[in-house]
Order: sequence, then structure tokens, then C-alpha cells
Amino acid sequence: MPEIKLPEDFVTYPEARKKAFMALKALKEQGRRVVGIFCTYAPQELIDAADATSVSLCAIGEENIPAAEKVLPKNLCPLIKASYGGAVTDHCPFFYFSDMVLAESTCDGKKKMYEYLDKLKHTHVMQLPPGRDGRGAQEYWRQEVVAAKEDIENFYGITITEEKLREAIKLRNRERKAILDYYEVGRLKPSPISGYELNTVITSNEYAFDIEKKIAFLEKRTAELVEKYHSEYEGKPSRPRILISGCPTHGVIDKVIKRIEELGADVVGFENCCGPREKKDPVDETKDPITALAEKYLRVNCSVMSPNPGRYEALSEQIDDYQVDGVIEVVLMACHTYAIESEAMKQFVTKEKGIPFLSITTDYSTTDQGQIDTRLGAFIELLG
Amino acid sequence: MRYNIGIDIGSTCAKTIVLDENKNILHRLLQPTGWSSVETAEAIREKLTQLGVDWDRAAVVATGYGRISVPYADKCVTEITCHGRGACHIFGSEDLTVIDIGGQDTKLICVDDSVVKDFIMNDKCSAGTGRFLEIMANTLAVKPEELCSLAAHGGGVSISSMCTVFAESEVISLIGRGEKKENIAFGVVDSIVKKVSTQAGRLNLKDSKVCLTGGLCEFDYLRQRLEKTLGISVEACPDARYAGAIGAALSAAAIRK
Repeated sequence: MPEIKLPEDFVTYPEARKKAFMALKALKEQGRRVVGIFCTYAPQELIDAADATSVSLCAIGEENIPAAEKVLPKNLCPLIKASYGGAVTDHCPFFYFSDMVLAESTCDGKKKMYEYLDKLKHTHVMQLPPGRDGRGAQEYWRQEVVAAKEDIENFYGITITEEKLREAIKLRNRERKAILDYYEVGRLKPSPISGYELNTVITSNEYAFDIEKKIAFLEKRTAELVEKYHSEYEGKPSRPRILISGCPTHGVIDKVIKRIEELGADVVGFENCCGPREKKDPVDETKDPITALAEKYLRVNCSVMSPNPGRYEALSEQIDDYQVDGVIEVVLMACHTYAIESEAMKQFVTKEKGIPFLSITTDYSTTDQGQIDTRLGAFIELLG
Repeated sequence: MRYNIGIDIGSTCAKTIVLDENKNILHRLLQPTGWSSVETAEAIREKLTQLGVDWDRAAVVATGYGRISVPYADKCVTEITCHGRGACHIFGSEDLTVIDIGGQDTKLICVDDSVVKDFIMNDKCSAGTGRFLEIMANTLAVKPEELCSLAAHGGGVSISSMCTVFAESEVISLIGRGEKKENIAFGVVDSIVKKVSTQAGRLNLKDSKVCLTGGLCEFDYLRQRLEKTLGISVEACPDARYAGAIGAALSAAAIRK
């Protein structure tokens, strides 16, 4: 089986996590405010404007599940179980160092889990509307952004100024652009970077607390990869090109993403929360910052929104732009909204876009690796 | 002469097919997989040597769950691709749907122009598989093939549990209640047919030929019930249980040596 080629200075996700833990400890000791987040819907700019560091909390790891199952039902999405399990056992150092959590009522499982999480640490849950086009949805969500801002202000006894918000929006927009450009290396054919490395670098960089440094690192890496493409890859034959869609995949990166590449295809893009989904859509810098944040964050294409037309558009664009040969959708066990949306996605991808589609349902355990390998292998064989 | 060898190491049985360069079957081997796929693969090699296979002029493709345990294979191909390819050869058609009921999983494979276009496979659950049938047959103290023949004379019982372990408890309570063996057997076959039909509902079967492959293909009553429930003719033949191995041997023929 071919090994995935990784650069010599490649930092694995566990290594990055460990470093981040030490970095965050140092920040805490300097008296820095820390707010934990879980999801793409969290308006990070509110946290930045409070002179706080936002940190992604752990939502992966099979080892976090048994502790969660003492409280939560077994038949629940592994991401929700791992989030709670990591927090309750202190396995997640980022939860441990967070002063509070900024969360949103995305799916039913998460919002009910947050009720328990709030008992461990103050968890502000922003109430998302169930659809972005409902009458009053936009104004309702704007009020939720205001409420979140006020809660952070009260929690720390500070005032978040408009000036700080505008600064934060500008910085995060630059960060979005740097991440997006890095992802878009995947458009090159053949791809000069494995999807495994691409995904690992992005998830690991969620722990780069100095945003300016992070932007500089990503810009440098992107330029290197483009150069590498021109010198080593351009004009060479390509393996089948896969686009990943569906649930967040960082919890199954070894089980699914890495395996696809070991079995003979290239993962070139992610149409999910681990990908450029949110990065393509900057915050409007000309509007009132709260309104601009509310509008931006309600455009995230998660299946919790009904209807969710943005996902079709994003899939369609990525299939074309990344020269995709097949779509593999990953649905985490018991994620109802993605599982239900799956059939519509299959019809769209196979009928409208005319390329093969495979949906796999899995969790964080390794018990189904054999079945997963057979499915992935057969799918790659049919791509030729 | 060139020997094109396909070895399909399934969860229950290992099937081996040797084809000559004109795609004629020279040898068929069938043996239990046992606990070690590696030892099974070794036993197959010895057997083939005894049968006169010249390894210098042989190409080997391995498939099935144990495909990675065949050290002398030139290539591994998944059983989904092999069953599709093998079924096209056996049933003489380039467009068909394969229902492969194997030991640990059931797969439905759509083939167009001899190429697999789509497939569905059960999750890590044995409902509707050969293992399910085997466990129920054990509980009823009959062989799987006897269970199918008994089922033809039964009726009126349905087994609602999808989980094999719960279904076994359900069968045990039916036995305790004094239900006739034929009726319980009917319920078992009915459960498999329903499970497969639900999977089939996710693929478009209506305009293609449907073939049954895998270990259960020779159970004619099961085939008849599938036909009735799906409302479409379902073909089977004795070689269909070797479909995976035949597909692998055909892939071996494409290897340049």
C-alpha cells in the first residue's frame, strides 16, 4: 500500500494539540481570557473583540466516549459524545483552560448536551433559527448575536466596542482568505498535497492563537505548494479526485480520509465544516458590525438549516472548480439531518453533476474499518 | 498456457477459480475460511500446485475480506468489483444488478457496460446475511439449506427484530410457544427477503437483469421469494457462488506479466 508523502516538517494533529496546550497554558498564566467554541456558527469576532482567545474544543476521540455515555445515550452522534466526554473528564485541555463556552443550538443532540455542559462551565447557547429564510429569522439571529455579545461583556465585566469589532472582522477576513487560498491548492491537478496533510494543517492551525503568524504561515505554505506544483506535478497524470462532503471529518481523518488516499485516490477538497465552507464568505466590512456578523454566520451551509440550498451550490461549485471525479459523503452515526439530506445529495451529484457518489455512515470506533475499506476501495475502483 | 487465478476469501468460505486464457474454468476450489486467512491462502496454494498450476505462468488476484492475507497475490480487488465482473461473465450480460448475499454482508451492485456504477452494502450488522441464516438454522437445529426447504411449507410467522441477537431470542420464544418449525423457518427467510428488498429500494432495479450471487444463491426458495417481493425475475446458477472468484480471475487475466 502506498504511504502518503508528507513534508519533513509535517506536524501531526496530536503533536499540534500538545503544543497548543502548552501555548494556551502560557497565555492563561499571563492572564489572557479564553473562550471555547465548537462550531462554525460561533462568531469568533465577538471573542476577539473582547480581547479573548477563542479555542476550538475537542469533539473527537473514541477515548472520550465511555465517560459521556454515563450521562448521554449510546445512540447519539460521536461528535456530541466526544465533546461532552472530553470536557467532563478534563481530557480536553482547551475546555479546562476556557473561562466560558460560546455555543449555538445547531442540532437537537448538541443543544441538549449543552444543558449538561453548562453545569461544568458557563455555556452561552446562541439560539439559531431552524431555517435562514423564515420570516424574521435574520432579525431574530441578529438579536442572538447581540445577546451573545452582552453575555461575554457581563461575564468579563468589559465593553466590546464597535471599533474592536471592526478590527476583529478585518483580521478574521484576512485569515479566511489565507485559509481559503491554502485549500484552493486542491484545485491543481494533479494535487501537490494530500488531503490528509491539508486537513491536518487546517485543524492544527485552529490552535495557532496568534492570527497574524497563522496567516503568514499559511501564505508561505500556499506559495510553496503552488511552486511545487509547477516544478514537480504539472502535466503529470492524476489519480481519481475525491471531494468529501457531509459531517465534520476531523474525528475520522485516519479512518476515512487517510484510507481513501492509501487506497489510491486523492482527496482534493472538503465540502464540510473541515473545509472552506465558511471561508469563502467574508463578513461585510462596510455594514454595522453586528448586522454584518449576523448575516454572515447565518449563511453557513449546515444540514441543520431547513431548507439548505447553499449546500447544493457549494457542492456544485467545488465539483467544477476542483475537477472532482467522485463525491464521498461522511455521515456520523445518528446525525439525523445529514443522514436525511444524503438521498437528496446523491440525486444531485449523480443526476445533475453526473459523477458517482458514495455515502458512508460511521463513528469514531475502528470496529467497521473492514467494511469501510471495502466500500472506499470499490468506489475508487469504479472511478477507474 | 497461462493460469488466471482468482481467490475470494470470504468471512465463511474461501472460493478459488482458475481460468485458462480463453476464460474457461480449469479448477474450482471451495473450503471453509477457518480462523486464519493466511493459512487458508497457503492451503489453496498447495492444492493448486498439486493440481498442476505452473506458478511461473500464473497471475493471482485476491478478493474478499481476507484479500490482504494472500501474500502471493499480484493484486487485491474489492469483492464488489469482482462480483460485478464475475456476474457479467456467468450470466452473459453487460448490464445487470447483482444481489450478493454473503457470510457477513449483503451487497447490491449495479453494473452498466460491464462497469460497476453504484452499490449498496449493509452496515456493520448481520441482518439479512448468510450469518443471520446460519445462526437461525443452528437455533432450529437444521442446516441452512434445510431451513430454506422447510420455509417453503410454512407461513404466518414474521420475525420483527432486525438485530441477529434479538432475532435469535425471538425465535427461541417462538420455539417455546410450540410454533411449527416450518413457520419459524418461513419467518427467518421472510426477514432476509425484507431486509434485502429494503436495500434494493434504494437502487433502480426495474430496468436491469437481477442475479443472485454468493453463498445463498443455491437456495431456490429464497430466490423465489426475492422474485416475488421485488416483482422482477431473479436469476441464479451453481457457479454464482464463485462469482467473486471468477471476477478476480478475470482481473488476473488483465495483469501483464
